[in-house]
Formats: sequence, C-alpha cells, structure tokens
Amino acid sequence: MTTPTTPAATPTSPSAAQPIVSIAAVDKQFSRGDRGGRAITKALEGIDLDVAQGEFVSLIGPSGCGKSTLLRIVGDLTSPTRGTVRVNGKPANQARRDRDYGMVFQAPVLFDWRTVEDNVKLPLEILGYDDARRTARAREMLELVELGEFLRHHPYQLSGGMQQRVAIARALAFEPAILLMDEPFGALDEMTRERMNGEVLRIWQKTGTTVLFVTHSIPEAVFLSSRVVVMSARPGRITKVIDVDLPRPRTDETRETRRYFELVTDVREALRAGGAALDDSETVGGAAASVDRTMAEGAVG
Amino acid sequence: MATATATRGGLVPASPGRTAPRGRRIIAAILVVLVVFVVWEGVKFLGGTPWRAPGSVPGPNNVILWNPPFRWAFANDLNLPHIWNILLVFLEPWQRGADRNVAQFLFDAALYTWREAALGFALGAGIGLVLATVFVHSRLLERALVPYVVASQTVPIIALAPMITYAFGGNVASVVVIATYLTFFPVTIAMIRGLRSFDPRALELMRSYAASRQDTYWKLRLPASLPYFFTALKIAATASIVGAIIGEGPGGIANGLGRVIITYNQYYITGPEKLWAAIIASGILGVAFYLIVRAAEVLVVRGRPGAAEG
Repeated sequence: MTTPTTPAATPTSPSAAQPIVSIAAVDKQFSRGDRGGRAITKALEGIDLDVAQGEFVSLIGPSGCGKSTLLRIVGDLTSPTRGTVRVNGKPANQARRDRDYGMVFQAPVLFDWRTVEDNVKLPLEILGYDDARRTARAREMLELVELGEFLRHHPYQLSGGMQQRVAIARALAFEPAILLMDEPFGALDEMTRERMNGEVLRIWQKTGTTVLFVTHSIPEAVFLSSRVVVMSARPGRITKVIDVDLPRPRTDETRETRRYFELVTDVREALRAGGAALDDSETVGGAAASVDRTMAEGAVG
Repeated sequence: MATATATRGGLVPASPGRTAPRGRRIIAAILVVLVVFVVWEGVKFLGGTPWRAPGSVPGPNNVILWNPPFRWAFANDLNLPHIWNILLVFLEPWQRGADRNVAQFLFDAALYTWREAALGFALGAGIGLVLATVFVHSRLLERALVPYVVASQTVPIIALAPMITYAFGGNVASVVVIATYLTFFPVTIAMIRGLRSFDPRALELMRSYAASRQDTYWKLRLPASLPYFFTALKIAATASIVGAIIGEGPGGIANGLGRVIITYNQYYITGPEKLWAAIIASGILGVAFYLIVRAAEVLVVRGRPGAAEG
C-alpha cells in the first residue's frame, strides 16, 4: 500500500519518504482453550498500512474489528501472530524500548497519589530527565493543554475532559515519535468530545507529531484525520482507506461544510460495505465480538 | 423515575462528608462511655454486693449506702468492681509501701511494652513487605510458601512463646520476636493483594515507557498498595501489643504490662480493681498505637480520594 500524502493536511510530511509506521501482512489470532478443543479467533488478517511522518491516521470500525488490537500491536503491547511492524525503521519492540511511543487510553489512567504536575513528570522520571528539566517540561506540556493553573491539583479534582488532557500532556512530555490514542474520548459527552477534538488538532499542529487514533465515531475520525482507515470485523481487515482533504486548520465551521458531510457519508458507506460483519456485530454477534475483545485484552494484560 | 431522583438527591448531601464532623464524634464517644457506665453500675445496683463508700476497704464497720435487691455472682465486687473504685485504684501505691502509684507504674510498664511491640511491629511490617514483594513477583514462590505463612498463624502463640523464649533466651529479644511473628502475617497477606491492586492499564502505560521492574514497583505497585498497607498496619499495631504482653510472661520480663497483669492476677482476690486498671492500660496502649498508625496514614495518603475513611 502506498502512502498518499495528503496535500494541505500535514505541516511537515512531504519530505518523509520512509514511513514512520510500516505494517506489513499482519495477522493476529487469539486462541483459547475451550471445552473439547481450541477455539481460534482471527482478530486481524492481512493488515498492510503505512503511516507517514506527521500524519494523523484514524482507525475506525465496528466492535471486534481489531482496531484496538492493531494499535496495541503497533505499540508492542501485544505481538502479531504473523507479519511485521516497523516503527522508525525498527521493530516495534525496539521502538518501545527506545521510548518512541506516547500512549493515551480510553481512561486517563492517572495516578491518584500524584498531583497533575507529577503525573506528567512520571515518564520523564523513568526516562531519567533531571529534576529541572522534568519541571520545565511538565509545565510546558500543561500550558500546552491549557491546564497550567492545575499543577497542584489531584486527578480526582478534575473533570473527565481535563483528566484526559493531562494524559495527553503526559504522553507528549518526552516527545515520542508517535502518539497512539485508543478511543481517548470515548467516555466523554459529545460537547466535551468536540472541544477535545479541537484541542488535539491544535496540539498536533503545534508539535508536528504523528498520531494513530482509534475511534468509534465517524465525525470524530473525519474531523481529525489526514486519512481514515475503515475496518471490518471477523476477521479484522482494512476495507477502505479514505483521504480526508478538508483544509486545515479545521474549526467548528469545518463541521458544517459540504465536503465534511460528504466524507462522513463516505466513511459511513465504507463501514456499511464492510457489511455482514457490521450487521452481525450489532445483532447477535455483537455481544460475542465484544466478549472476544475483552478476553483478548485480558489475555494480553 | 421520581423515586430514583429522590434516592439520588438523598445520597448527594451524604457523600461529601464521609466521616462525621469532629464535634459529633466526640459526643458519640462520650455517649458510649456513659452507656457502659450506666449498664455496668445498673447491673450492680440490681444484683451486686452492698454498696460502700468509694475507695473504702471492705470491713464490718462499713456504712452500707445501698443494698441491692438481688445477689448475682457475676455482679459482685470481685467479678465486677465499681467503676469509681477502679479509677481510684490508679492513685493507690502499686504495691504495699511503694512510692509510685498504680497510674505511674502502669504508664511506665505500658511504655516499656510499647517499645518492645513497636520494634516487633517495625520488623514484622518490614518482613511482611519483603515477603509480599517476593510473592507478587514469583507465582511459584507464592504457591509454595503462602500456605506455610498461613499455617504459622494457626499455631497458638501460647504454645510458641515458651519455645521462642528458650531459643532466644529470657530477654527482650524473645518478646520482640513474638511481636514480629504476630505482625508480619497481616502485612504479608494484605500486601500480596495491595501490590496487585493497581489499575492493569497503568501497567501497560509503564510498559509503553519501557519502565524497569524497579520503576514499576516504586512508582506504581507500592504507591497503589498504600491503603492496603495501612489497613494491615492498623491490625498489626494491636496484634504486636498482644504479642508483646503474652511474650513477657514466659520471657520473664519484669518491667512490662505482661508481668503486671500476671502479678495482679495473682492478687485478684484482695484487689480486683488493680487487674482491671491494668486491662484498661493495655486497652489505652492499643488504641494509642492504632491512632499513631492512623495519623501516619492520614499524612501519607492525604490527597487521595477516600483518604478520610476509616
């Protein structure tokens, strides 16, 4: 698969000949011992995807399509059954050891016992930054997510959206090569989610980082991305990659443009074309698919 | 719908202040003491020995202030002395002709016992923490050794104390060992749980930073376990005092509460109030140690949600 560099989209991309993330022929199977035999779930099959430096790529698909699993494979939180993932020209495992990843999960996963500032400092402590640099960097990041006044607060004193911004500040604090976001705004209400979308775009443009973003939300995927990768379930496959040519910077007005609606429709139709899998997951198989996913996640952790 | 709203509305004002305000807690504590007093003396009023003037030595010339209608054995002055006589005995010489009174004597004895207990407590907490740390990092060792940790606590300490005294000699060391023995167990069991009580996603976060085991332990496992740690320490604080008191008997320690209790036990017939005074002193010591641990807990885990509980 080639990397279609989206023209107006990425501030720094065109020079990147070599993709920052390169996923080739990745399969992922979960096997679990059932009564009377082994059941094999094909979570992912034949995934090929390249992501260029500075791109914002969303993975979208029905529950159980393996989009979170794919993200976790890229982040080396689980390994593929077959195929290779290279990040910055290195195997994913090496990239993780080199601290190339900033992770943001659906839950903020902040440490209760640390203040907001100390939460952002956590990766910097592990990476061995000295004290002065940690403080400077943490404050800079919290300014970036507009939480400069909340340094001394504890996480539970903040709203869900603010907590997720702290998590983003923490993920970006050590300037990772790529930001992996797994449904980061899935738990937020629609209003907060739209505001956070704007925030993320602002931060992405300011830092020029590469983002791989998993979401359930079609509008979110279209609004944020340079490219939307549409997946179908069982086995998890990429069914379509849609270039989002909306001009940047994108604002609230972008959401009301014609082109935006067309793209939302394109993504929706692509999801529907994934067809049987989508219907399936929303009726009888839906529960099973999410159980599969939970078990898969459990097996990894 | 209306009921649901009403229920939720009812919960909201209750949740912010999880603990009752200080004033109400003090009033509640005073009330409890009052109730105990009324029940205790009420029973004696109905079925105790004839009431004499407080502090008077029983004899033929006593003025009888009140003659209870019944005679219940459990409520006589030997089994259930008057509360005011227990309080007055604190001011009497701790033994015939002694300079110091019972209060001073018990205070010194309690302090002595507390030092032994505190040493055992610290050692036990340390051993418990180390064991739990080993167990959460090795399923094999956990499976192999935890049954023995549990079995260790099913052996009555009364049976073990003389053996420990024999092994370590009749000195403070054996008392400390017994206190340690009773302390390490709650800490071990609670911390096996506590060191695994972190959010599993936090472990993935640490993995994404390629954090070392040490970093994961010091920055995630241990801080996440602190509420468990302090719960265990509060149990261990009282257990260590019991251990020290029991250990002083076979250990032959003359200065602690254990010895005092044994002595006053022997003279119970002539002065039951003194044993009651020693029991009260043991109780106060236990509560005091508990409160010290509680204060440490408040300092350490403050700022966390729910830190005000318990």
